[in-house]
Amino acid sequence: MNNITQHISRQFDNELETIRSNVLAMGGLAEQQFSDALEALKSFDVSRAEQVIENEIRLNSCEVAIDEECVTLLARRQPAAGDLRFVMAVIKTITDLERIGDEAEKIARMTISLAEKSGHRSYYTGINAMGVFVRGMVREALDAFARMDSQGALVTAGKEPESDEQYAALLRQLVTYMMEDPRSISSVIDAVWVARALERIADHARNICEYVIYFVEGKDVRHISIEQMEDTVKNG
Amino acid sequence: MNDQTNPDRAATLTHGVNPATLAGSAENLSLADETPCINVRGFNLHYGEKQALKDITLMIPEKKVTAFIGPSGCGKSTLLRSFNRMNDLIDTVRTSGEISIGGEDIFNKSVNVSELRRKVGMVFQKPNPFPKSIYENVAYGLRIQGVNNRRTLDAVVEKSLQRAALWDEVKDRLDDNALGLSGGQAQRLVIARAIAIEPEILLLDEPCSALDPISTLKVEELIYQLKANYSIVIVTHNMQQAARVSDYTAYMYLGEMIEFNDTNTLFTNPAEKMTEDYITGRYG
Repeated sequence: MNNITQHISRQFDNELETIRSNVLAMGGLAEQQFSDALEALKSFDVSRAEQVIENEIRLNSCEVAIDEECVTLLARRQPAAGDLRFVMAVIKTITDLERIGDEAEKIARMTISLAEKSGHRSYYTGINAMGVFVRGMVREALDAFARMDSQGALVTAGKEPESDEQYAALLRQLVTYMMEDPRSISSVIDAVWVARALERIADHARNICEYVIYFVEGKDVRHISIEQMEDTVKNG
Repeated sequence: MNDQTNPDRAATLTHGVNPATLAGSAENLSLADETPCINVRGFNLHYGEKQALKDITLMIPEKKVTAFIGPSGCGKSTLLRSFNRMNDLIDTVRTSGEISIGGEDIFNKSVNVSELRRKVGMVFQKPNPFPKSIYENVAYGLRIQGVNNRRTLDAVVEKSLQRAALWDEVKDRLDDNALGLSGGQAQRLVIARAIAIEPEILLLDEPCSALDPISTLKVEELIYQLKANYSIVIVTHNMQQAARVSDYTAYMYLGEMIEFNDTNTLFTNPAEKMTEDYITGRYG
């Protein structure tokens, strides 16, 4: 039932397909922004970070445009069942994509702030590792959306608690740096904000996975544990 | 951190707030909680050689609106007409299985068909007011029953027209010919005529298909009002209408009952692919 085409009205197919491909394009852009922000942080590349901040507005306009397409479709087509769930999933997904963009922008701002400060930067290893992990989650969530693959979405959503653990571990590590050298506190706090942004992005990736499961399975799996989520999907 | 990693937070979300207490949240209906009004068990109907209904089993709940949807020729009108034995009027019809209303099989020999049809009123696709005054249209059923007391008739006519949301529009011209009413008014008049004899069940066979959108909305609002007092079964080609007015929806195809569920579930997450294809416009 996870196909959005094959309506008697070909025009309806086209409208849904346009929305789908626009969401994928927006997802690609959000992923790119996040990836660029991570790269900029890794090398303290201020110009790249500025580019991320500048591009953020593009994600905002994607969100507005896709929202409008969805509103028009609801008004004109009154979608039902799978089609309705698809439109609901899209409306929610693009909010999370836009927020991934916001978090990427925050990382870019922290990068600029950190680049201006001196001090030792060994604590970025942990952040970079978490960045790679969360970037993987975002990519998989978008793949799951593109393929409307609820199993893939379930696997990816299941990784989110690990990002929470990584965040907690990073915090503990960063606190020791602050205790060691109070002069580092200002830059370590910036690093804390980056870690927090990564943790939020992992949440957004999980949310997108939950919308994919809602669309494909017709099951609302928000605000329950990963185990309950697995049960819900399996016993569908 | 995400909500679900914190058990306390998750508990608040799933248990602390009862979604049913939120303003405007949809009713959670379940067939298991309903009182049966009509029980259909293994019902078959043939028009001559052609089988129009195949082994239909379902329970129509009391004081709720149940909609039948499905493509032309799927048997939904035939099933509706079986509930007051309108199909008896067709010579070639043969039936088997059981339909019981209030616990009594309506095909039982002891059943008085006129009495059955008084209990189970019906409104058709085209408004069919009689070529009489508005007043006499509504009073017609009672007059047939031998009621001629003017005061009784006045009271029933007013009450029925008010229930049918037509009173305000016609109270000053009750003696005008009903044929002068607009399509939407005429249809509400026919509904008033049907409820004047206090039926228990109201069968509506595409009651809005000949009406303009505003009249359609008035009739839909009326259906919503009427379900407080009557069990309503509606056949409609308009899926949005079924979604708007009904509590339960049955999807039929080629004489079979494919899916019967509460309307919210059927229109958001149908169990059967055939239902999904039909309600999303993929049926071909």
